[in-house]
Amino acid sequence: MGRLLLVARLAARDLRRRPAEAALLLLAIAAATTTLTLGLVMHGVAGDPYQRTREATSGPDIVASVALNPFTGAAADPAPLEDLAGADGVTAGSGPFPVAGSEIEVGGQTADVQLIGRSVEPADVDQPAVTDGDWLRDGAVVVEAAFAGALGIEAGDTVTLDGETVEVAGVAVTAAMTPYPWSNCLVLCAPFRDDDGEGEGAAGGGPARPEPQVESLTDPGLVWVMEDELTAFASSPDALSYVTYLQLDDPDSAQAFADARQPQGPGDEDKPFLEPWQHIVEQVTHVERNAQRVLLTGGWLLGILAVASVAVLVGGRMADQTRRVGLLKAVGGTPALVAAVLLAEYVVVALVASAAGLVGGRLAAPAITDRAAGLLGGAAAPSLTAGAVLTVTAVALGVAVLATFVPAIRAARTSTVAALNESARPPRRVGWLVALSSRLPVVLLIALRVAGRRPRRALLGVASVTVTVSGLVAALAAHAELDAQLAANPDPRMERLGDVLVVITVTLVALAAVNTVVSTWATVLDVRHASAVTRALGATPAQLSAGLSLAQVVPAFAGAVLGSIGGPLLYDAVDQEDVVMPPGWWLVAVVAGVVVAVSVLTLVPARLAARRPVAPILQAETA
Amino acid sequence: MTTAEPRLALATRGLTKTYGDGESLVRAVDAVDLEVARGETVAVMGPSGCGKSTLLHLVGGLDRPSSGEIDLAGRRIDRLGERALARLRRTDVGFVFQAFHLMDELTVVENVELPALLAGHSPRRARARAMALLDRVGVEHKAGSLPTALSGGQRQRVAVARALSNEPVLVLADEPTGNLDSAATLDVLRLFEELHESGQTLVIVTHDERIAATADRLITMRDGAFVDETRLTGGTSGRLGALAGFES
Repeated sequence: MGRLLLVARLAARDLRRRPAEAALLLLAIAAATTTLTLGLVMHGVAGDPYQRTREATSGPDIVASVALNPFTGAAADPAPLEDLAGADGVTAGSGPFPVAGSEIEVGGQTADVQLIGRSVEPADVDQPAVTDGDWLRDGAVVVEAAFAGALGIEAGDTVTLDGETVEVAGVAVTAAMTPYPWSNCLVLCAPFRDDDGEGEGAAGGGPARPEPQVESLTDPGLVWVMEDELTAFASSPDALSYVTYLQLDDPDSAQAFADARQPQGPGDEDKPFLEPWQHIVEQVTHVERNAQRVLLTGGWLLGILAVASVAVLVGGRMADQTRRVGLLKAVGGTPALVAAVLLAEYVVVALVASAAGLVGGRLAAPAITDRAAGLLGGAAAPSLTAGAVLTVTAVALGVAVLATFVPAIRAARTSTVAALNESARPPRRVGWLVALSSRLPVVLLIALRVAGRRPRRALLGVASVTVTVSGLVAALAAHAELDAQLAANPDPRMERLGDVLVVITVTLVALAAVNTVVSTWATVLDVRHASAVTRALGATPAQLSAGLSLAQVVPAFAGAVLGSIGGPLLYDAVDQEDVVMPPGWWLVAVVAGVVVAVSVLTLVPARLAARRPVAPILQAETA
Repeated sequence: MTTAEPRLALATRGLTKTYGDGESLVRAVDAVDLEVARGETVAVMGPSGCGKSTLLHLVGGLDRPSSGEIDLAGRRIDRLGERALARLRRTDVGFVFQAFHLMDELTVVENVELPALLAGHSPRRARARAMALLDRVGVEHKAGSLPTALSGGQRQRVAVARALSNEPVLVLADEPTGNLDSAATLDVLRLFEELHESGQTLVIVTHDERIAATADRLITMRDGAFVDETRLTGGTSGRLGALAGFES
């Protein structure tokens, strides 16, 4: 008990003695734990609004549709849909309902819409839940909630459908279709083109087909109209599609039910396209799932970066604590006690950082997840599971222990006399680097020899920049893809994903910048004596400051090159879809930018170090 | 006295270094006039804190005077900027420190060739010069060793070799035997004698009367000022051991 008290007291005193460093440690670890917490608590929460909507609207397990054959011009036949209602496993159904394409005008805005003909009477399956106003009545329509939100439509407004003015009776949500702008097409839609120029499915997003030869819609919204008024609002009254909604005795078997009956390719255009409810859930939650992937990846990257931050800080602090270690040992402290004292303060910081990260992540999560437009209610309040708490705490402790274990053990093993004399840890000798540097200009000679004295610190520098640049390149690529998607389909949820990317990128860059400055200071302090001798032997302050700066730039350059290779690989690993790799000039610009940024960041510490008077340092070493 | 003559390696006039101000003003070096002829060995003695090392740092361009003039090989150096002083240390001055100040991560030969590399000499020339100097000071067999593997005397020999790397006008030694045992001290004394005989100009700051006895001239300092100056007629040649008290 006494020992515990002693360890706690010494740790607390040391933390209080160096509040700035303690705060920096805390921030570095808390950045990682907050991001990780965000990623962990988001798991599953985005699916809740869909489930609520599905229950409230008696949502379908299968959405089946047929469309006009774009190649033969044959009208859609609803008969196969009626047959599906009698298929094995189907317990309830509604439809077939006619669907037509049209154009809506409101407040000077124009957009394509899919009109679904429905009746006033509630359907057994998929009865949209009205969130504003009323359900259908003669001469009035109901607009899907996300689409209404995008166009600023409210119940009681007047809109124009294919030139006909009509009143909006209400706004409603459905679980039978992904909310706008991700709505799936029941009528012919403009084919999505991938990079190879091949079109992807038209009606219903089915298998690839040749480009349709009839007019099609682009990113249509959804409007429900009275079934008998449908043709009045349709752009092409003859080109009707039909949709039917089915419930199965086993909702989980929906995917298998659809796979067994799906059209298999060209020639199957007349067969219904079946969409299982799981596919809709995937589309509804894809933004949140992307955000979660980004956050988890960012969390781990920040965790690795935090290890580098803490290791550099701890390395610098351990050099200052040599005498303290000697005093502890001189009064009878065992190596184990010394190691415990040194580890304890970092463990305390890690625990505080994990608590801060858990609270911060939990509080910030709704800002990312509460974007369930077009569904009932926002995302459920994210909850901290025991698993999430354990993971985040383990990561924080892991960061602290990983970064401090080696220096703490090394300090504990230092001889008492050497520690009391504050003997500096001897520098490493990297023979080939010394030999190579003697053939280089003076500034490079100094830089390589300074970097070679502490290979572990140089490796940490490389790792820190590699992680940062990997994250940066991946984030830039993701941003470019996101911007392209937003240009095509403005969506606040996607914008929020962009915000998440920006926050993580800025945090990564800020942490790396702090790492660089701290590492430079640690190097400056470490080579204080060697710098003084070098200057006594004739190196100019400019040569020395450039050498000290370059000693950070060289590992940073290596890290930037590795990161520019690792970034696209990271992006490819995180984004499971086909990704567009950033152009080569981006990577060159990132590497150049890192070199410039590190040069600027190290300039001040290096110049200050190079201008220190030489004589007092040499005198102090003599004393 | 005021103007550096070609025969002089070093000349100072009214050289002063102060720290603090008002009542806490400390005159570390107080209006010192000094002339050192080329090839001369001058020993500076005095109690700890009398300003010996500060004087050495000032004339070697490691520190700047508060006032006064310094001429090194006929060139006024007290007004030079940091860059010019660095060049001066590189070419005209060699330092030998009490604590050796060798770089532990560099081998003996790498330490000795460092000033030549900093001066921009080719690696081959720097290495050849370093090996020749190591041979001269008698530690060529340790060229590939790290300083930590050497005795104190050997380390100081290496430091002397490093000081001679760029053939300086002046070698400044600050308590060169302060960290050495008796045998190693004799070793270094012999080395300085050889340097003296070869015509190298030396200024040695020391507490040790045995070292001082090897000089051509002995200056005594107290409270930053010269209080006594003695020309030693005996010289060092052939009598070093006896003077140092190690040989009969």
